[in-house]
Amino acid sequence: MTATAPRATRAALPDADPSPLPPTVPARVAWLFGGLTAALLGLAVVAAGSGHLHVPPAEVLGGLARGLGLELGPEPSHPNGYAALWTIRFPRVLMAMLVGAALAAAGALMQGVFGNPLAEPGVVGVSSGAAVAASATIVLGVSVAGPWTTAGAAFLGGLVATFAVYALARSGGRTEVVTLVLTGVAINAVCGAVLALFTFLGDTQEREQIVFWQLGSLNGTRWAYVAIVAPLVVVGLVAAGAMARRLDLLALGERSARHLGVDVERLRVVAVVVVALLTAAAVAFCGIISFVGLVVPHLVRMAVGPGHRVLVPASALGGAVLLLAADLVARTAVPYADLPIGMLTALVGGPFFLWLVRRTRRQAGGWA
Amino acid sequence: MSGLLQVRGATVRVDATMLLDAVDVDVHLGEVLVVVGPNGAGKSTLLSVLAGDTRPDEGSVTLDGAPVEAVRPAELARHRGVLLQENQVSFPFRVVDVVRMGRAPWRGTDAEDRDDDVVAGALDDADVTHLAARRYPTLSGGEKSRASYARVLAQEPRLLLLDEPTAALDVRHQERVLARARAHARAGGAVVVVLHDLALAAAWADRVLVLAGGRVAAHGAPADVLTGALLTDVYDHPVDVLPHPVTGALLVLPRHGAAPDVVPEPDHDPTLQPLAEDLA
Repeated sequence: MTATAPRATRAALPDADPSPLPPTVPARVAWLFGGLTAALLGLAVVAAGSGHLHVPPAEVLGGLARGLGLELGPEPSHPNGYAALWTIRFPRVLMAMLVGAALAAAGALMQGVFGNPLAEPGVVGVSSGAAVAASATIVLGVSVAGPWTTAGAAFLGGLVATFAVYALARSGGRTEVVTLVLTGVAINAVCGAVLALFTFLGDTQEREQIVFWQLGSLNGTRWAYVAIVAPLVVVGLVAAGAMARRLDLLALGERSARHLGVDVERLRVVAVVVVALLTAAAVAFCGIISFVGLVVPHLVRMAVGPGHRVLVPASALGGAVLLLAADLVARTAVPYADLPIGMLTALVGGPFFLWLVRRTRRQAGGWA
Repeated sequence: MSGLLQVRGATVRVDATMLLDAVDVDVHLGEVLVVVGPNGAGKSTLLSVLAGDTRPDEGSVTLDGAPVEAVRPAELARHRGVLLQENQVSFPFRVVDVVRMGRAPWRGTDAEDRDDDVVAGALDDADVTHLAARRYPTLSGGEKSRASYARVLAQEPRLLLLDEPTAALDVRHQERVLARARAHARAGGAVVVVLHDLALAAAWADRVLVLAGGRVAAHGAPADVLTGALLTDVYDHPVDVLPHPVTGALLVLPRHGAAPDVVPEPDHDPTLQPLAEDLA
């Protein structure tokens, strides 16, 4: 006679296996979120203190508290320290987090909708679509919506590019790797040509702005930009999180997802709009920063599996960490130089993409 | 026995090709309906019409008397589950995660409380409990098929629509899958199974629907429908139907080696005549 009585529910299912089901969420998930949050906060303090004017971590926190109206911690000792933190560093750190979170979440979302781990806003041309529309407003001098003009144009450009890729690369509910990548090549080529045309048409200052777009940089981030980007990113992330469960079902294929009650057509359209929104928010002021949406969700999937309820928020968090770190390197690696961050992410992301393509190819047994 | 799903005069056309031509079917609670027929007979199209995926160009499909296209996807998912022939999963979900996805239609209802028991039961019914922690893409074809079957069982629909659930399975699992389907019908559910294996159809069907060229060629009890003459005609290949010497069950045996020569002789094949004339 054992001490534990059998559960009543088991008695109703005599054939049921007595061994418990594997847990829904692996224990590693808590560690991942904890680790990423700690890394994000630590990195933010270090990043805010690093640069031309060094501010020690304790003074960064003190400066932050004072700005929020709290008399805590040591004041920044340098006479310009407080001003540097609040006018330059903090908006830039915040922007890096927002852009990283937006790009990584957009990547996770896009991969879910396309059912393909290689879908990424930069690779398939959504970022360059957004960049074309944004540079059009620069060169053509359009400013119908004031400071929102560039961001709005980026959103529209991204939306058009996403729908174009979607319509061109999909058949039978799935997107094959080769079709997706080739569609991305075509879209990027067209967008590159239009960007070249605008570069040709623009005057010196406009050219500079367009070049900045293509390289990607967080240099010159101001609070006004953060105030535009933040609400877009928050809305996009909330919408992405709300779609997570249905994205899981979409992995079964469109027909099976429909059999489980998912309104697939609506989900697709909403997801594409959210991808465009997040991508536009990211590129609106910072230009094209590629591969974040590819690398981060993939690493998260390797760590804790593909379930979107974990993948989407963890990717957002991981993207924020990655871009904050990348931006720190971009502005401190070479003294007195602010390297373009898009160049850095592509430098790391390009080889990663190659590795991923090879791996996917091996698993699929060919270019499937 | 009561009608759950009614199909009347369903016609599906793709361009000039008739996939289904004025098909009438009733799906009753409490019985297993097996659909058989040669390749391209319209079996999968019929299943897709029954599932509400394909809207027939003419005719109607009603579930409990209501037009199936008027039922919202989420509501429909609580009434019918569908196992397709191809079951790919895009990302490396674990088998248990895939089976849990079957519970999605019940989210937010009282039935959600039973999720764990239902999932455990479904894993066991499809004999994939030992694979629960494995990544779905690493499974073999038969294991994938069983894991997907477990997902459909976890959905707990009244109507099970199964498209060749046994195609990739060994004998033991073929029996297990169809026995579970029959148990579902005996418990008051309804089952529609598309099968290629006529012996399995004869063994497990309460009613058989024979499709040929998009039309209903025969419809009724297995003993009435599965006759040598009809099957020989429909499949254009000699088929014998005999009683089992021990059990008396129907045995459906295609005559092996009875196909016309695979390589036709030139002077008997009219399509090769012009070539022969050219050469002359």
